[in-house]
Amino acid sequence: MKKKEVLVLEDLLGSNKKIASEIRNKLKERGILTINFLSSPGAGKTSLLEKIARRLKPQYKMSVIEGDIETERDADRIRAQGIPAWQITTGGACHLEAKMVGKILSQIPSDSDFLFIENVGNLVCPASYDLGESIRCVLLSTPEGDDKPKKYPKAFSTSQCLIITKSDLSSTLPFDFDRAQKEAQSINPQLHTFITSAEKEKGVEELANFFLSSLKNLRKKNA
Amino acid sequence: MHELSIVANLFETLKEKAREKGAQKILMVKLKVGALSGVVPEFLETAFDSYKKGTLASEAQLKIEKVPFRIQCQDCQTEMTRNDFVLICSQCGSTNLKTLSGTELLLEKIEMEVE
Ligand SMILES: Nc1nc2c(ncn2[C@@H]2O[C@H](COP(=O)(O)OP(=O)(O)O)[C@@H](O)[C@H]2O)c(=O)[nH]1
Ligand SMILES: [Mg+2]
Ligand SMILES: [Zn+2]
Repeated sequence: MKKKEVLVLEDLLGSNKKIASEIRNKLKERGILTINFLSSPGAGKTSLLEKIARRLKPQYKMSVIEGDIETERDADRIRAQGIPAWQITTGGACHLEAKMVGKILSQIPSDSDFLFIENVGNLVCPASYDLGESIRCVLLSTPEGDDKPKKYPKAFSTSQCLIITKSDLSSTLPFDFDRAQKEAQSINPQLHTFITSAEKEKGVEELANFFLSSLKNLRKKNA
Repeated sequence: MHELSIVANLFETLKEKAREKGAQKILMVKLKVGALSGVVPEFLETAFDSYKKGTLASEAQLKIEKVPFRIQCQDCQTEMTRNDFVLICSQCGSTNLKTLSGTELLLEKIEMEVE
């Protein structure tokens, strides 16, 4: 018997990254813009998706993947909008992984314009898993407080968009929009910020327009 | 707690590498964990210890090297460690920074016993 040291230098998330980049390429080729929503539970991901669906539905085709630990509830809410939705129940796992998305990829209508993925409610773990999205959005609701970016840096540093949700509640809360936005931008200077209220239908149009222009860019690159 | 799923993946790799090298036993596993890797080293240790039972790594020691978040200013070239992950140069205030380290999550090396 002898001891042997083997140098490996392997990324522990490498297999997820590989699957994610295959998914990204496939979706881009089909001209589908994929958007991954990250937030803590209850920040308003499903509510915002319902409003976005209502706005995009008349002209665009969207598909939605819902990630939850249990239940079909969120997928049912999206289906009630007349939008095809797939529920992934992770059975305990706190995040979605690329291979879970990969399994339903062939069922996503290839004439979709947008694929939205609502991740499992958790501001930590989903940040480490690329799902093959083109745009990652982190949602922060006003009741959660304006000091969250530095507490959950990875979610903010790996996103392209910050969506501050439930703006209608801010009058009764000590939430400082400027502070939240500045703190998030200090760890991610490229971050685009949107302020929305699903309840009062505020800011949804700006966000939908951003997704539309991103879709145009993706298709321009394909052409 | 995605550390569990990461450790499950790690054991797949360990099994594969041990088979490749014809090893009967794994003695030590060394990881590099960046401050902005999104995982908690202590959770990795706990998961590793419960996972290793009954495997060829049952007596293996897990070593974790914590890697700080280091950035370099692309305007004044200053290198710095930022424990708060802020991408602003402490020398000149520039926001044009390059990440040098701290996002990695690596299996660096394995020590095993071979015939
Ligand atoms: N006041 C207010 N409540 C909201 C808003 N968006 C969502 N909610 C409420 O917040 C709760 C959680 O919303 P949901 O969309 O299910 O959050 P998710 O877990 O992130 O998908 C529900 O009771 C919603 O009615 C909003 O813009 N304003
Ligand atoms: Mg939801
Ligand atoms: Zn500088």
